Amino acid sequence: MAAELGTGLQVVLVAADRTVWSGEASMVIARTVDGDLGVLQGHAPLLSLLTDAAVEISTPDGVVHAAVDGGFISVADDRVSILTEHALLAEEIHIDEAKAELEAAETLPTGDERELRIRRASARIRAAEKAS
Amino acid sequence: MAVSLREYRARIKSTESMKKITRAMELIAASRIIKAQQRAQAAAPYARELTRAVSAVATFSDVDHPLTKEEENPKRAAVLIVTSDRGLAGAYSSAVLKEAERLAERLREEGKEIDTYICGRKGEAYFKFRQRPIEQAWTGFSDQPSYDVAAEIGGTLIESFLKEQGEEGDVDEVHVVYTRFVSMLNQEPTAVRLLPLEVVEGTEPPAESELLPLYEFEPSAEEVLDGLLPQYVQSRIFFCLLQAAASELAARQKAMKAATDNAEELIKKYTRIANQARQAGITQEISEIVGGVNALADANAGAE
Repeated sequence: MAAELGTGLQVVLVAADRTVWSGEASMVIARTVDGDLGVLQGHAPLLSLLTDAAVEISTPDGVVHAAVDGGFISVADDRVSILTEHALLAEEIHIDEAKAELEAAETLPTGDERELRIRRASARIRAAEKAS
Repeated sequence: MAVSLREYRARIKSTESMKKITRAMELIAASRIIKAQQRAQAAAPYARELTRAVSAVATFSDVDHPLTKEEENPKRAAVLIVTSDRGLAGAYSSAVLKEAERLAERLREEGKEIDTYICGRKGEAYFKFRQRPIEQAWTGFSDQPSYDVAAEIGGTLIESFLKEQGEEGDVDEVHVVYTRFVSMLNQEPTAVRLLPLEVVEGTEPPAESELLPLYEFEPSAEEVLDGLLPQYVQSRIFFCLLQAAASELAARQKAMKAATDNAEELIKKYTRIANQARQAGITQEISEIVGGVNALADANAGAE
């Protein structure tokens, strides 16, 4: 792995029960609780919490989009790990299901549950739309 | 002959169908175990990265988080017992329950009261039958646990751990009793303390080149820790559930193999007895015929 450090970032996107995506990338964009964060090669070591949002990973073969449910990102030595309980790549997202989920969530009574579900559903829709 | 030939044949037949069933269960367990191991492997990267991150925070900030704080005078302990939903797995469930009883005994000697949390119907039935209180039970997933279940269990345990002492439902320690998957032939019931978290260093000491870098924490070390530690606990529970699932399947495979072998043995024994009974019947018939012929011959000889 050390030999590849010069070529960019080593990125792993890990969900609780599987590795969703891993490979080399030139840039990672994720949304932390403080706002959007872009990581390029040589970024300072960082550990930050993510919100439910879309993640973009720019690779030589194009941009990988994924939706994450919270979790966190850790950057060190050009190694980026994104950990989250659930993660879906844009290809795995069924946009109709996500839209239905969003509509269902909007009918819920106001509260944390509603906010959370709306955020998750719209994160999925965004990730899927960006990819297409 | 106490039992007739016909009855032996019936016994052989029923043993044969039993053997088919146990053989099928053995094969099912064997195929599922591979899947269970793959799931455990797939979950490993998450656990590894999480451990790395937690040790990074622990090393570079003064860890003083409610989840790592030892209560000065612990009074109550929660014990999570991971058992199976179904039987026919040899001593799997009873071995875990025995280990749990040992742990409970030890905790009681230390003067702690115990709240029991249970995974799996077998453990639930064990406690219900003895009319012992269960705080909460989760069932229906023992051979393929999902992360959501682990998250739910973790959430419940963390919630009761975080309550202040004296509050209703507060616990000061959380223990987990599960079966560790050592190998296909060997599974070990194990008790571990989950909370308060011990200072979390990686299981292997990091190599020189891997020395943890100076991290920036966003928004702050405390908040990152707040987000990380519950996930860490949940991932530990998930790990226990996965290990238990693999162990359950291995135990079931072993038990069913033994049952199949026993059925084979029985069939052999019954076949022998049945053959003997059949032969005895034939011998008797022949001797009766011969006896009859002799008697006839004697009678004819007497008449001449």
